Amino acid sequence: MTPATRRRTPEELLLQVQAEEAQDTRGRLKVFLGYASGVGKSFRMLDEGRRRAERGQDVVVGAIQLPPTPDVESLLRRLQIIPLRDVDGVSVVDVPAILKRHPRVCLVDGLAWDNPPGSVNRSRWQDVRQLLDAGIAVVASINIQYITELQGRVEKITGKHVTQTVPQSFLYGADEIVVVDAPPEMCFGHSGQGVAGDQGRLAHQLSALREIALLFAADVVDHQLESYLKQNGIAASFGTQERILVCITPRTSARAMIESGRRNAQRFHGELIAAHVRQGQLSEESRAALERNLEMARQAGAHVEILEGDDPIEAILEFAHERGVTQVFVGHGLESKWWHRWTGGPVGRLIRGAQGIDVRVFPQ
Amino acid sequence: MTAGNAPPDRMAPGNAPPDRVASGNAPPDRVAPSKLAPGSATPGKLKIYLGYAAGVGKTYQMLEDAQELRRQGRDIVIGYFEPHGRADTIAKTEGMEFVPRRKVEYRGALFEEMDTDAILARHPEICVVDEFPHTNVPGSARTKRWEDVTALLDAGIGVLTTMNIQHLESLNDQVWQISGVRVRETIPDWVVKQADQVVMVDVTPGALVNRLLRGVVYSAEKSKKALENFFQESTLGALRELAMRQTAHESESHHVEAPADVPHRPEPASPRDGESPEPQPVASPTGRFERILILVTADPSSAMVIRRAKRVADYLHADCIAVAIQRPTGGNKVLVEEREAIERHLNFARNLHIDARLLDAESAGDDPAKALVEFARVNGVTQLFLARPRGAGLGAILRPNVEQRIVWLSRDMQVTIVADRTRAA
Repeated sequence: MTPATRRRTPEELLLQVQAEEAQDTRGRLKVFLGYASGVGKSFRMLDEGRRRAERGQDVVVGAIQLPPTPDVESLLRRLQIIPLRDVDGVSVVDVPAILKRHPRVCLVDGLAWDNPPGSVNRSRWQDVRQLLDAGIAVVASINIQYITELQGRVEKITGKHVTQTVPQSFLYGADEIVVVDAPPEMCFGHSGQGVAGDQGRLAHQLSALREIALLFAADVVDHQLESYLKQNGIAASFGTQERILVCITPRTSARAMIESGRRNAQRFHGELIAAHVRQGQLSEESRAALERNLEMARQAGAHVEILEGDDPIEAILEFAHERGVTQVFVGHGLESKWWHRWTGGPVGRLIRGAQGIDVRVFPQ
Repeated sequence: MTAGNAPPDRMAPGNAPPDRVASGNAPPDRVAPSKLAPGSATPGKLKIYLGYAAGVGKTYQMLEDAQELRRQGRDIVIGYFEPHGRADTIAKTEGMEFVPRRKVEYRGALFEEMDTDAILARHPEICVVDEFPHTNVPGSARTKRWEDVTALLDAGIGVLTTMNIQHLESLNDQVWQISGVRVRETIPDWVVKQADQVVMVDVTPGALVNRLLRGVVYSAEKSKKALENFFQESTLGALRELAMRQTAHESESHHVEAPADVPHRPEPASPRDGESPEPQPVASPTGRFERILILVTADPSSAMVIRRAKRVADYLHADCIAVAIQRPTGGNKVLVEEREAIERHLNFARNLHIDARLLDAESAGDDPAKALVEFARVNGVTQLFLARPRGAGLGAILRPNVEQRIVWLSRDMQVTIVADRTRAA
């Protein structure tokens, strides 16, 4: 789609004002995201701190994982540290001390740590929120296994259960997220003549975790991009994430379309949406058929939308463009009036109107 | 088609016909030669540092790894390095052995290229090769640097190299849509797929823009221009997301096999050289394999359809074939030109490792749509990919086009009409 600046709605203007106000007073959050320990998250975080300090920013270290590796240690020596406090044997970020010191930037490792009972904040990530609210910028690092919503998938891969996590929404709210992507195995390693047994299994695991981390970061970036475009009143769809829209009617034999949609969405790590345009009164039989189809879509993990509109094709097109859909799946209508051979019928109209969107027509 | 008759030209706005592909006559079924070559050295490993724009730090990270390998006592040399006047990066080459570049004269100007022969003669264990998508000066032994790299790999030399996401062939139209830049130097997806490792080099767009403003990436004037165009925050964000998704996809291929529920795939009827293909019935077209057929025409939109269909096929682990229908030219000038365009598009498809073929006049008859749909049916095709019909209004109503006829005739197949991913200025 063509990016076009259009008149912003009041809601969008409000969003922008709110975002700008928040930027003025709130500290910015930057997160380094890793897929395993040892990929170098802490190093990247501290290195960023070092560079900012060299540029004259006031940087302190609020929390670091111990024991530090040698390269982390050498960075630590060049930065000011506000030590962790020990409360009932638990290491806690010294929030009051940091607030009093009020640096421009604070580095915080181990976002998922829980504070001991009775603390002001239950978890370290909430400490960070407090620092941000006070106008202190935070650079943090986290391993994907500590993200609440990814926990289940990660556990399936590693077999390890973690109890302390950070909600995804906190990371979605970060101003910047960076993937620390070291490869799962050193490709030119000395022992690298084929990995076998445990090592091979480990490589597999790491590769699966790496995929989750990259896709998570891509989703965050997609989210940021969308709000950026909204705030700036740009109506654009870049199609960076595949979004598949399956058009459902009572008459469509929806199974093939939904199954294919599910498979495509899964393979592309995209989003599956099913939409039906409500029109007039349906017979009892049609309504039941429609509900069966919609239920099938839900089962396949589709997000189901009921649209209104006198012209179903218009309604679908408008919705598809608004949602940044990249592929529309539609059934070959049952219409077989002879003139459709020439005009293409509703499907033809859909194809002609689907600017920037692939249309896949399914047999019925 | 003569390969590489254009001067090396990195990016150019506007529409690019697919006549810039490498070694236009590569056989369609050319698979990773480095994986074959019986008796020769074990193929070298390929590691790609993938970024989303100039200045993200690909070369820097590659050289950091190279230094680490050197410290470990590995025999590593720099085959090609593009300093771009960046002091930090240049410092990272300290102590490394360079294989001197080859000087080439072309149209009165002097160019420097990687000296592949010299590297092969030196035969290090690992070689650093910057700028994977580079096009060599005309008259070089190979058109593309990735072909030079393939030669090194075949000789058992490991290679570290760099590229940006926008150079991936199958994303060419999308990158154009996002950035307004038509990238000319592309790498077929199958070349990237051969890599043993793809690492994403990530920085935030904000940090990148900062680097640009500090003059780390480009000169002041070039920076200003870049910030107005390619380096807009939304453009960078979108490209970055694409790079992340692509890296995830490459990573996935290392731990997920092709779906196990795909039964034996019947081979498509294969044509012998110079003969017309004999469509052969397929044992079981009802199995759950997918086979995609691309309709290739003389229209420039064919390139877009080929790229998109191939991308979908790769993600779905589906077969992909491309077919054009040949009308008898009868010496007619317009038809001869059309025929040449079709040949160009078929070669483009072959370069992307798509089985591409021409249906001859007789089997096409005077109803190309019918001939195509029949070919698809006989060959167990499950999905057709075509371009959007051009034109609308009275003309289109009076004279139905081929695409509409195909949609009409292939009511038992899935038909995908590929979007025109264009972008207004």
